[in-house]
Amino acid sequence: MTGSHPVLTMTGITKTFPGVRALHNVDFRLFPGEVHALMGENGAGKSTLIKVLTGVYDTDEGIITLAGEQVFLTGPMQAAAAGVSTVYQEVNLCTNLSVAENIFIGREPRRLGLIRWGEMRRRARDLLARLGLDIDVTAQLGTYSLAVQQMVAIARAIDVRARVLILDEPTSSLDAGEVAQLFRIMRQLRDERVAILFVTHFLDQVYGIADRITVLRNGSLVGEYRTAELPQLTLVEKMIGKELDVLERLDEQQKRNIAAPSDSTPLVEAAELGRKGGVTPFSLRIHAGEVVGLAGLLGSGRTEVARLLFGADRADHGQVRVDGGKASLRTPIQAIDRGIGFSPENRRAEGIVPELSVRENMILAMQAARGWLRPIPRRRQDELVEKYVKALRIRPANPDLPVRHLSGGNQQKVLLARWLITEPRLLILDEPTRGIDIGAKAEIQKLVVELSDGGMAVLFISAELEEVLRLSHRVAVMRDRTMVAQLDNDTTLDADRVMQTIASGTHREEVNRSTPSPSASAR
Amino acid sequence: MIAVNTVYRPGFLSIEVNDGHLYGTPIDILRLSAPLILVALGMTLVIATGGIDLSVGSLCAISGAIACLHISTATDRNSPSTVLTALALAFGAALVLGAWNGLLVAVIGIQPIIATLILMVAGRGLAQLITEGQIITINSAPYRAIGLGHFLTLPLAIFIALAAALLVAAFTRRTALGLIVESVGGNAEASRLAGIRSGRVVFLVYVLSAACAAVAGFMITANVSSADGNAAGLWIELDAILAVVIGGTSLAGGRFSLGGTVLGALIIQTLTTTVYAMNISPQTSLLFKAVVVIAVCLIQSPAFRAKFRRRRSDRTPGPAAPQRKKEQVPA
Repeated sequence: MTGSHPVLTMTGITKTFPGVRALHNVDFRLFPGEVHALMGENGAGKSTLIKVLTGVYDTDEGIITLAGEQVFLTGPMQAAAAGVSTVYQEVNLCTNLSVAENIFIGREPRRLGLIRWGEMRRRARDLLARLGLDIDVTAQLGTYSLAVQQMVAIARAIDVRARVLILDEPTSSLDAGEVAQLFRIMRQLRDERVAILFVTHFLDQVYGIADRITVLRNGSLVGEYRTAELPQLTLVEKMIGKELDVLERLDEQQKRNIAAPSDSTPLVEAAELGRKGGVTPFSLRIHAGEVVGLAGLLGSGRTEVARLLFGADRADHGQVRVDGGKASLRTPIQAIDRGIGFSPENRRAEGIVPELSVRENMILAMQAARGWLRPIPRRRQDELVEKYVKALRIRPANPDLPVRHLSGGNQQKVLLARWLITEPRLLILDEPTRGIDIGAKAEIQKLVVELSDGGMAVLFISAELEEVLRLSHRVAVMRDRTMVAQLDNDTTLDADRVMQTIASGTHREEVNRSTPSPSASAR
Repeated sequence: MIAVNTVYRPGFLSIEVNDGHLYGTPIDILRLSAPLILVALGMTLVIATGGIDLSVGSLCAISGAIACLHISTATDRNSPSTVLTALALAFGAALVLGAWNGLLVAVIGIQPIIATLILMVAGRGLAQLITEGQIITINSAPYRAIGLGHFLTLPLAIFIALAAALLVAAFTRRTALGLIVESVGGNAEASRLAGIRSGRVVFLVYVLSAACAAVAGFMITANVSSADGNAAGLWIELDAILAVVIGGTSLAGGRFSLGGTVLGALIIQTLTTTVYAMNISPQTSLLFKAVVVIAVCLIQSPAFRAKFRRRRSDRTPGPAAPQRKKEQVPA
């Protein structure tokens, strides 16, 4: 495949934002008929490079050529017209439009200036069928799960007859079955000589599909490698720029000691807590210093459990006890007053306030708890913020930068800091490591361990079973919006057993649709 | 704009001392812009939460009407206590109406533009009812002073506007209200999940906006010593929204700038005064306003500035300088 000429070259790309040098003299090339993985930690410049390539950002310096000719990309539409098509990390679609409208928005099939709806629906159905998806294309996109929305975004991208297809973390919200489906499509496209640029944080997936790998670090190019010639460990070293110490730390954490707390009064106890249309009533005890993992497929009700415990949604069944006493958790502030914190799954929509600064985002929860009449003195704010910027290694370490300028992993750390500042007794983390790099992931995992050693209770939600197993004392398993089991994380518990529980829960339905295996995604 | 004025009318910048008071066009502009500044201050906070308050013009009319009605029925129109009671009554009524707006938006969840449109339309009717369709003319020196009085050689209205601006600034920036308003406007759901009771904040800003409008209403009616339910504060909501936008606060909510709003209000008033002074008919003045607004918006647009800079990188945008000069006047 490398015998031919590259379809895309980027040479000497440099891009600077106020206070951040996002890219510095980066070269990149892409050949037709290959899957090329772009790797790097959060803030390494992957997303920026992609935005330069799709015309979202101007470059300060550098040359882009497509099929041998220099191009000046001024916007996504123009990039698409030049044959560069993108699926972004966070689904960028209009949830209030129909599936078909989303696929064809901006380039609807027309006759005499009028949209041919029948044609549009038919073509939408065909496209989705290619992806193995059979859904009602006239239904509002918002009625479907995030995974389906992601597939629709991909359908939209591949319909533009792209020469270059960019997939920016397309798999972070997909389950294993859907990932396999996506990979099938990617191989199909590769055979059609489409050049695919693939960004992901899942190393297994890189080694499962990528032909070559380009590594960025701190906005600079580290190198370009053939996947077969680059062992996983070396790749990680190149990404984090130091040798192994992060990995060693990860190894140290293998398997928590089962210091399962005694039968003392639980810190938080949910008794038959439930909500119609959300999650069937469940009971759960969380003790101080305990990490409870919440496992289950996407849409199995993990997030709903968290939201009920935090008062983000109102329960219509059952009750919650805190310290043994009945507690009313009908709004987030009531939960916060009881010492509960919640870092939501959807960072951008429910977590950060993009235009506020890092500092303001961090103190928000504490300020909310104090009420607006008692502002946190500026000096105290600066102390707190400095402490957590340092402790969580937030980069760039500039508290006055609007948080939207930070990379996803650093935004996640800001959210963590927001809650740590409130010194919660129970911290609920919903997918805190999704879409962030291995270094930051290890840091966050380590932090969870430290917090629980310090007596904080943590409810840890993640789609990655290894992670859940590594950190939790106990694992509650969700399936079809029901808590089907609570398993002590003793020596007998492994990913297979959790998966069996997920797969064979007590419910009807075709059980084996997508019995996920975390490594299944690799092949 | 100041340059244009000075060229057309050499006396524009001159300030005379007369009768112990300062007179001159710049002083007039400051005095006349006071009501707009007040309304725009309240509007800034409302817009920062992602809302909008269309009812401020009607609120001006209502508060003015109530105050004038009370004074006109009193026996001693010149006694300070009569005037104070009138002001308190009208102010209280405005707070109630502001709470009504807040209730519709924050508690019932009606979209702000619709919720306040109700009072915008109904409020005019209410003001007419209060004045019984007549223009209430009063002859009360203390009340008149709100609009035309002087203090330390400058018109009292300037001090009232300045005090209001400082008060609102202290209220938002010395407490955490400003941060919370910006947070709610920037991402309402994230704010809720961070524990902010956004309903209360939103409610509060509508009440605050009504309070500002009420004081503006006193000034407007005091200026002419009469309350006209139909004309008082007419279209001031639109000028206020303009002032806020010119001042750099996004209509989408989030970050707000009180200083920018004051500046925006001054620009609008300077423009109005200029147009009148240059003997352009009032009908055309709206067109002029539109042109200036377009210019200001273009100057603020990052995309436009980027293009501008790329084309002629050697030239810096000019209009920013004279605007800044004016900012120093009220301070």
